[in-house]
Amino acid sequence: MQFPPDAFIHIRPDGRIVVMVNRIEIGQGVSTALPMILADEMDADWSQIDAESAPAADVYRDPVAQVQMVGGSFSIPHSFQQYRELGGKMRAMLVAAAADRWQVRPEHCRTEKSVVYGPNNQSARYADLASEAARKSVPDKVRLKDPSEFRIIGTKVRRLDSKAKCDGSQKFGLDLNLPGMLVALLARPPVFGGRVKSVDDRDARTVAGVRDIFEIPLVKGTAVAVVANRFWAAKQARDRLKIDWDLSGVERADTTELRSAFKELAGKPGIVAVNRGDPSAFDAIAPENRIVADFEFPYLAHASMEPLNMTVRFDGDRAEAWSTSQLPESDRAGIADILGLPPEKVMFHIGAAGGAFGRKGTLDGHLGREAAAIAKRIRGTPIKLVYTREDDTQGGYYRPMVHHRVELGVGSDGMPNAWRQVVVGDSFVKGSGSQWEGLLVHNGLDFLLVEGSANTRYVIPNFQVSGHHPNAKVRVWSWRSVGYSHNMFVVETLIDELAMRANADPIAYRLKLVDPDAKKHRVALNLLAERGAWRSSLSSDHACGIAFSDYHDTPMACAADVSIENGRPRIHRVTVAVACGIAVNPLTIENQVQGGLVFGISQIVPNGAITVKDGRVQQRNFDTYSPPYIKDAPMAVDVHIVPSTDPPTAMGECPVPLIAPAVVNALARLTGKRYRTLPLPPTIG
Amino acid sequence: MSMTTYHLRVNGERKSVTVDPSTPLLWVLREDLNMTGTKYGCGIGACGACTVHLGGIATRSCLVPMSLVGDRDVVTIEGMSRDPIGRIVQEAWYDKDVVQCGYCQSGQIMSVVALLKSNHKPTDANIEESLGGNLCRCGTYVRIREAVKSAAEKLA
Repeated sequence: MQFPPDAFIHIRPDGRIVVMVNRIEIGQGVSTALPMILADEMDADWSQIDAESAPAADVYRDPVAQVQMVGGSFSIPHSFQQYRELGGKMRAMLVAAAADRWQVRPEHCRTEKSVVYGPNNQSARYADLASEAARKSVPDKVRLKDPSEFRIIGTKVRRLDSKAKCDGSQKFGLDLNLPGMLVALLARPPVFGGRVKSVDDRDARTVAGVRDIFEIPLVKGTAVAVVANRFWAAKQARDRLKIDWDLSGVERADTTELRSAFKELAGKPGIVAVNRGDPSAFDAIAPENRIVADFEFPYLAHASMEPLNMTVRFDGDRAEAWSTSQLPESDRAGIADILGLPPEKVMFHIGAAGGAFGRKGTLDGHLGREAAAIAKRIRGTPIKLVYTREDDTQGGYYRPMVHHRVELGVGSDGMPNAWRQVVVGDSFVKGSGSQWEGLLVHNGLDFLLVEGSANTRYVIPNFQVSGHHPNAKVRVWSWRSVGYSHNMFVVETLIDELAMRANADPIAYRLKLVDPDAKKHRVALNLLAERGAWRSSLSSDHACGIAFSDYHDTPMACAADVSIENGRPRIHRVTVAVACGIAVNPLTIENQVQGGLVFGISQIVPNGAITVKDGRVQQRNFDTYSPPYIKDAPMAVDVHIVPSTDPPTAMGECPVPLIAPAVVNALARLTGKRYRTLPLPPTIG
Repeated sequence: MSMTTYHLRVNGERKSVTVDPSTPLLWVLREDLNMTGTKYGCGIGACGACTVHLGGIATRSCLVPMSLVGDRDVVTIEGMSRDPIGRIVQEAWYDKDVVQCGYCQSGQIMSVVALLKSNHKPTDANIEESLGGNLCRCGTYVRIREAVKSAAEKLA
């Protein structure tokens, strides 16, 4: 795949340089970091850089994943080289144009802050060279900078979108207001997969502003769409609908029953993901040296602050869509399919999202399909499909519910000798028919179920991890940090328990256990030991919890200072050591680590579970499913990055798995209790 | 239901809208006045994304029907650049690089400005109380805390 600079860089006559960002800004800072990378190699003046969100198009695909996406914390690791090359090529073309103009050799020119300087005191602004540079051929290869030559990469750069996000001018998907636009809400079946049997909409149609009410297909089941000139009219009309639902043949999931079923399955070996040494070694361990631990994790909603939404206008032979999609190609394909158009006839815009965390982009493109099904009925009019908070919370696509059982045997040296783990939870990759299936599913087991455990760098001689996919009929999907969100909790709380049994320092214990060849892991743990020295001087009502994670090749280690306040964990301070290769924007990394920890706290807050009874999701809004508030968050977080010249690795998801085990490890020291079911009980102590 | 005309003062400007009296102020701001800086997050007053100042008090605009707004002044995020304390808070937000997705930040800033108008030296407990109902899913709380303190220092 070629990435022509003109698709990514627009040099304006006034000197401003627009950099096209090939993936959606969801808060992770990609619309600042990718322009930084490009501007550095281009020797552009940072104060003149603007970022623009690219629409759906092949040229904006992730160069490694070969699909346009935000996921897997791929943005920087996959596009670092790409954006460097784009910047380097653009610079070379500008230099070539200047060299031509001055009749000098390009290698005798130098560049700085959007100006080319010639050997005889000549100078020319990039803006004045742009049209000549555009006629130059794109070089196949350019020399890229040595990391020591970086001027922007590695510096703390404030976000380009900060001002607009502080004065109310930033437009998110929900803020779109096109001429003539109508707003649509959906009345969904109370149980996933239900269908409309009959609808009495007489009362609903009396609401002023209502334009139409009709049934549309969902990916599974059907719904009633209410279209009105305003949100409030649509909402009032939806509340007045009387719908008789056909729930025959629809399986009614129940999380209480599923918990028992998952636990029973965990008693049987699953499909083996990894097997080293002798898996039966555990059976030979003396009972007093065994730990058998069951862990339970609930379904979790993503709960982005901006609920799901999508706007589509259907013009008969083409369509236009405005989205906040993490997987634009899936949503565009869904729209095209519903409207009977080839995908290239759907102009697909991507705007800033008010959070996403995996939810805003699904392989089935359900959001695009739903919006298109409504737009199809009302041609020529942009229709904004809005999920209310209740729709968003109850809409499925949750982080899977998971049960882990670990049988762990301790050797005479206090180190783990045998580890046999069975993981039970559903897959969103298996059976999806997507490119990910071939990469992740082996012998029928989705690696995402066991990631973090199966590939641990802790060296345990007799080691087995297996898994079951129970097919629980609750739609599951990717949630920031995916399988690591539960696997690291299991690994890190058990390793901590072993360190406590051995009376060992929890960082020293991990250093002893981790693979000697895992250099990045060791350096992160050592940096934490150095920066977390405060943990030896805590008062007796505080305790320090340690945890470690290595999502997508970015080891992170953290120390959390925790006390108990009003029956809840109070997190005073967290120190995090990060080994992520080149830190493109250390300020963003600090932000992502701080925010990622808070996201991980979702797993331990009191209203931190989605439960289903008789097929109905029991939580509706933030009063029953509550992400962390400010009092739940750490009071302070200090982030320390290991200096490196290696290519950058993942960031956004990496901190999420750290905090729940760190807090629970601290609580074990404060209460003597090992919490293994999440979320934590409402009162601790 | 009968459509009713209301006369409002929003950020010092007079506005008239004709809407159903049950319509929350939030949706009038967003859809009738096209002031989309005030955000919808939950509709039940549990996230704070819709926070505005109503008669000088930080208020969840999703819970206030137009029939109850009366003659109270409405101040939104769009008015903060003209408010001396609002400007200081915004500057602190840029300086500390607080925002991530940014969706909740209008509400956060409105809550902070209301706090600092009555209390120039907020403690951690004051901050947690005033911002206790403002959700941030990106988890910018650590930096929000720093930025509030930094803004307060400038006011001192």
